[in-house]
Amino acid sequence: MRKSATSLLALGLLTAAGVAEARDNIMIVGSSTVYPFATVVAENFGKTTDYKTPIIESTGSGGGMKLFCSGVGEQHPDVTNASRRIKKSEFDQCQENGVTDIIEVKVGYDGIVLGSSKEAEQLSVTRRDIYLALAKEVPNPDGSESLVANPYMTWADVNADLPAIKIEVLGPPPTSGTRDAFTELVMETGCDTTEWVEAMAKSDKDAWKAACHTVREDGAYIEAGENDNLIIQKLQENPDALGIFGFSFLDQNADVIQGALIDGVAPEFDLIADGSYPVSRPLYFYVKTAHIGTIPGIEEYMAAFTDDAAFGDEGYLTDKGLIPMAAEERQQFQAAVQNKTSLAM
Amino acid sequence: MSTSRQLVQKTLGKRYARERRFRWYGALSILVGILFLGFLLVTTVSNGYKAFVQTYVQIDVDLSAAQFGGEITPESIAAANFDGIIKDSLRNAFPEVSGRTDRRALYGLVSNGAQYDLREMLLEDPSLAGGVTPVWLLADDEVDVFMKGRIDRNEPEANRRLKDNAIGWIDQWVDEGRVEKRFNEPFFTNGDSREPEQAGIFGAIMGSFFTIAVCMLLAFPIGVAAAIYLQEFAPKNRITDIIEVNINNLAAVPSIIFGLLGLAIFLNAFGLPRSVPLVGGMVLSLMTLPTIIISSRAALAAVPPSIREAALGVGASPIQTVLHHVLPLAMPGMLTGSIIGLAQALGETAPLLVIGMVAFIVDVPTSPLDPGTALPVQIYLWSDSPERAFVERTSAAIMVLLMFLVAINGFIVLLRKKLERRW
Repeated sequence: MRKSATSLLALGLLTAAGVAEARDNIMIVGSSTVYPFATVVAENFGKTTDYKTPIIESTGSGGGMKLFCSGVGEQHPDVTNASRRIKKSEFDQCQENGVTDIIEVKVGYDGIVLGSSKEAEQLSVTRRDIYLALAKEVPNPDGSESLVANPYMTWADVNADLPAIKIEVLGPPPTSGTRDAFTELVMETGCDTTEWVEAMAKSDKDAWKAACHTVREDGAYIEAGENDNLIIQKLQENPDALGIFGFSFLDQNADVIQGALIDGVAPEFDLIADGSYPVSRPLYFYVKTAHIGTIPGIEEYMAAFTDDAAFGDEGYLTDKGLIPMAAEERQQFQAAVQNKTSLAM
Repeated sequence: MSTSRQLVQKTLGKRYARERRFRWYGALSILVGILFLGFLLVTTVSNGYKAFVQTYVQIDVDLSAAQFGGEITPESIAAANFDGIIKDSLRNAFPEVSGRTDRRALYGLVSNGAQYDLREMLLEDPSLAGGVTPVWLLADDEVDVFMKGRIDRNEPEANRRLKDNAIGWIDQWVDEGRVEKRFNEPFFTNGDSREPEQAGIFGAIMGSFFTIAVCMLLAFPIGVAAAIYLQEFAPKNRITDIIEVNINNLAAVPSIIFGLLGLAIFLNAFGLPRSVPLVGGMVLSLMTLPTIIISSRAALAAVPPSIREAALGVGASPIQTVLHHVLPLAMPGMLTGSIIGLAQALGETAPLLVIGMVAFIVDVPTSPLDPGTALPVQIYLWSDSPERAFVERTSAAIMVLLMFLVAINGFIVLLRKKLERRW
């Protein structure tokens, strides 16, 4: 019995090696923020065409880029999703490994929300308030040009117009693309509202980065992992806490969660779409041109994603919380897909 | 009275009290354990039991020959635009609805998977076509959540995903008896989906099945062979000591390490495909091997030496002794150990993450070489989905996984009762 089992196994391995030569499903990796949208497109694509449904792994933007840029060949992914643009270093990595032609497609926008339980009062904060509440070191409140360990305990300490509740913010860990975007869009902007700190960006870039990017570690900012549902649950249990998460989670939980106004603008679909809500970021996917023709269906998948019925103003992705681009911008990327325009950096 | 007796009597009360306290502590810790378990079960079941039924709506669908280009043949049915047919029928049901937004809301009441179900239905039974036929179609997950009482209609409209007009239409359907909750068959027959009403665990169950099958096919023979050699034949020396220490160590290594090992060896060095149950099973077999070897050795050690001596005494060779006499007697213990390893492997997600099995996979795998995921992975993926309707599905999938584990553990107990021999 043992013998037959072993030979069966050897046979299995041999066939595995044979089958590995012919992958017939598209392999997609990347951002967990794009995942809910890409999966919907993939599912529809699988149902409406004769191609197999693409397989999508949620690895985070950075992890996806690493896999995507590791080479050309069937064992490497065909597409990677990203909640930020590809970095120069990642692009170079790609080139080095033979991934020379990459098609860049922007699919839309996602808003980042500072949310709280509906039982709490709706906050209206500026980005400066958020920075002062969350940075590890803040400009000395006495006005001198030095950084001190964050002394603020309540929102009222930060800004007298805000309620006197303890600062307690649940948010994503540093590995998350949401956190990257939050740092760039909120913390940096809030940081630069102090003139001498802004000047530091030119004189001492590293010190400026440390001042603006470092989040406090005294318990006011709580890293809640990448699970946004968990943050939503915790907010419901603790009305004093705030949470940082993607707009689609606010959209789905609007009966229990509200979003704070940031710089006076509420996180609403239309306000994010027209760019007046300040904390929104573009979402992308990148395609390996070398795989088009080898792996069946890549071109058709790109076309399905960039169809107006999907990422357009009234497309089915908007039902899932994607904020669509303006028509002109959409046409630009539809053309890029059509012409397979390679990204140059 | 002697002094020692006095001493005993003096401390006797204290000793009894200590005894009682100890029992109380024991009972208390069991109680706490039961409370936690009970809490887990109650929340899971109360969150999840509703997922086993699913809302369907009955719609008068216009299936006249005109919809199929004049002729009803299997080809014309396959080519028909069922999305359009369902939308037409919804418009006919509520002719007063006009305007893009309202119509979109109306179309949204029926699952977007209903068009494929309808096509299947007609391909199976073409006689349904030919006129206006009332058909039960899968409702959208928002409708389902509303019918299960998880959307409060007294909430202000802006806070609800389901708007007033939609609730009005549903109420009208309910009055007409066109809404029904049925056993949630798609949950047990479909693969994953981003539409909660179409999402099922069958893909995950098949993925788990193939993974575990590969795992056992590899780990059991190798583990048992290794155990027999180490226990019965290997000389006792430094090398076997080192091997033994290492096996015991491996049993305690975190599972993610085995995943990374699998990534480096099976995917990168051997070039096996990502996301397939074959590789998942191979990785999990590495993880379960130490468990199987250790328990198999214990089972072999429990066979009395007299059996071996008797066999050798009547002239059996060492290999005959082991295969004919020792192994059959040790088998129940080996099986028990293997099944414990199997149950562990069934609940594992971490090593699967690195080899790409934590992924959105819609197609149900039909072989260990098709991309697949596993039950605990499916639970993890659903728990992270924004749609409200996935909450109950997550719990329902947990219930299914628990049932499998209970069945496996029950089987172990039965096996032990049936086969165990006392010496």
